[in-house]
Amino acid sequence: MIYEVFRQERKGQAFAHAGSLEAPNDEFAEEYAREFYGRRQESEALWVVPRTAVHEIDDFVDELGRNYHRVDGYSLKVKLKEARDRAGTSPS
Amino acid sequence: MSAREQEFVEYVQSGGQVEATDWMPDDYRRLLIKFIEMHGNSELMGVLPEREWILRAPTLQRKLALTAKVQDEAGHSQLIYRVVEDLGKPREECLEDLISGKSKFHNVFHYPTFTWGDVGVIAWLVDAAAIISQKALLKCSYAPYARIMKKICWEESFHILHGRDVVLTMMLGTDEQRELVQEALNRWWGPLMQFHGNPIPSGDDPMFHWRIKSQGNDEARQQFLDGYVPQIWELGLTVPDPELRKDEETGRWHFSEPDWAELKHVVTGHGPKTQERLELRRISREETEWVRKIVLAKAA
Amino acid sequence: MTERARALLEYADDELILGWRDSEWTGVAPFLEEDVAFSSISQNEVGHARALYEIAARELGTTADELAFDRKPDEYRSAPLVEFRRMDWAATIARHVLYEAADEIRVEALKDSGDEEVAGLAAKMDREEAYHRIHAQMWEERLRGEPRFQAALDELWPAAVAVLPEELRPELAARTGRDLPSNSLLLAHERGSHAEEWPALWEEMTEVRRSVPGAAW
Repeated sequence: MIYEVFRQERKGQAFAHAGSLEAPNDEFAEEYAREFYGRRQESEALWVVPRTAVHEIDDFVDELGRNYHRVDGYSLKVKLKEARDRAGTSPS
Repeated sequence: MSAREQEFVEYVQSGGQVEATDWMPDDYRRLLIKFIEMHGNSELMGVLPEREWILRAPTLQRKLALTAKVQDEAGHSQLIYRVVEDLGKPREECLEDLISGKSKFHNVFHYPTFTWGDVGVIAWLVDAAAIISQKALLKCSYAPYARIMKKICWEESFHILHGRDVVLTMMLGTDEQRELVQEALNRWWGPLMQFHGNPIPSGDDPMFHWRIKSQGNDEARQQFLDGYVPQIWELGLTVPDPELRKDEETGRWHFSEPDWAELKHVVTGHGPKTQERLELRRISREETEWVRKIVLAKAA
Repeated sequence: MTERARALLEYADDELILGWRDSEWTGVAPFLEEDVAFSSISQNEVGHARALYEIAARELGTTADELAFDRKPDEYRSAPLVEFRRMDWAATIARHVLYEAADEIRVEALKDSGDEEVAGLAAKMDREEAYHRIHAQMWEERLRGEPRFQAALDELWPAAVAVLPEELRPELAARTGRDLPSNSLLLAHERGSHAEEWPALWEEMTEVRRSVPGAAW
């Protein structure tokens, strides 16, 4: 079985994918993960997950270029200048 | 205090962070749950004043942006309640306590909205006030909470853009539209000044003791004023507080004392919209109860 | 108005109003996860409506927003199915399932139409609708054994048939394994008539816009 290993480098940090390993069962996988990713005390903690338990999603459909929840959906510069002019607060 | 607890306090006070599976003192867990649950409640209740305007949004782009904003808030409450669940309190229990009035939510979500001006001012200034508190939580001693705050702050930043765009567009419009913005600002200023809470000295604040929060209430309010009052003024809007001014020497803002009695009254369930909104939550929960039963029965 | 513009407006009105109705679940769905999921579907529908209005607007010399907001209530061509106010979850999912089934047939027809601009947009819309169909199917499976869900499907079926032009209706009946309703049953649901709650919805959705006519928002 293939296992994916995620490691946390320091307390508080998010776990990030470190690599994978092959092991006959969960127990061996834990032991091997400890060896591969912990023997130099380089990890705070590890998550060992059977690859079959990982669901990958890589399709995020946005066919019509919806921009209202992105920064480029808003161009405030021109409006801001106009509003300042109107209020008489433009920086001279 | 046990030696273990003493060690824990020193650990968090020196910037250490805690994971869900780590040992933690009961007091710490209890305070975390209370604080984070109130945050989750606030995101969830924050949905209600704005969702009323999704139907009324005056252009397609505004309708989409507002729907996305309200969607983000529902999403944030999901993220936050998950953190609470891992600390030991199930989401369903949080929702029950919210509806029964046992737990609280932020003052600003107890007030009504009257016009599209409110929609702009809420998205711009209420979200700006919220992001100041939330940014400070990026350093929270409880790591799972600090981590989701990253995503939350990132999403809130679009809300502020949306709000500022709504306000700017109205300020460039007719006198009537400009008046809508000024009226909304007048309505929201009081609640905004109360938003960050009474100025408790940080030494007396248990949230600070455990480094759940690392920012004092007054500090957050000063930061808000510093960031946003100039932005309000430059549009020709008036802040409804004759005392408001910045002391250039100290760099601190002076303002009329916020109405702390009102804050207390409102968050203890007596705001103008508190009961109506909780009732809507209660009814919608009741109406969808059968769906949860079926889905959970099949999942079991 | 050309036949093309009329067809575009019919489709756009359906997507806009359904998007509006779906967004009524934001914040009050059975699960927070569903608030978020349903909201994305609603945003997609409104996005589709806008793209369809834009094509029609070029032909009619107006804008998407003016088409979406500034027509009189009786000028909208939406099918009554999409107009029903937020129903219970069983009926909402029943409408979702039936509408997506009808919409799949409609969008396929547009993709094969000779109108390059419309066919191109239909292909884009279809790639998003594919996810709506997955969502609808997931819920259909969950609720299949619920009598109230089955009752809602039966009740909404004639209105769902009326979403499509006559020539596409047999295909919908074949795909859903249902019989086409009689013409007299269909009559009340045909385009041109509106659901009872339509005037109230129109009032609400145009309220801000009408408050300062001609203003930018």
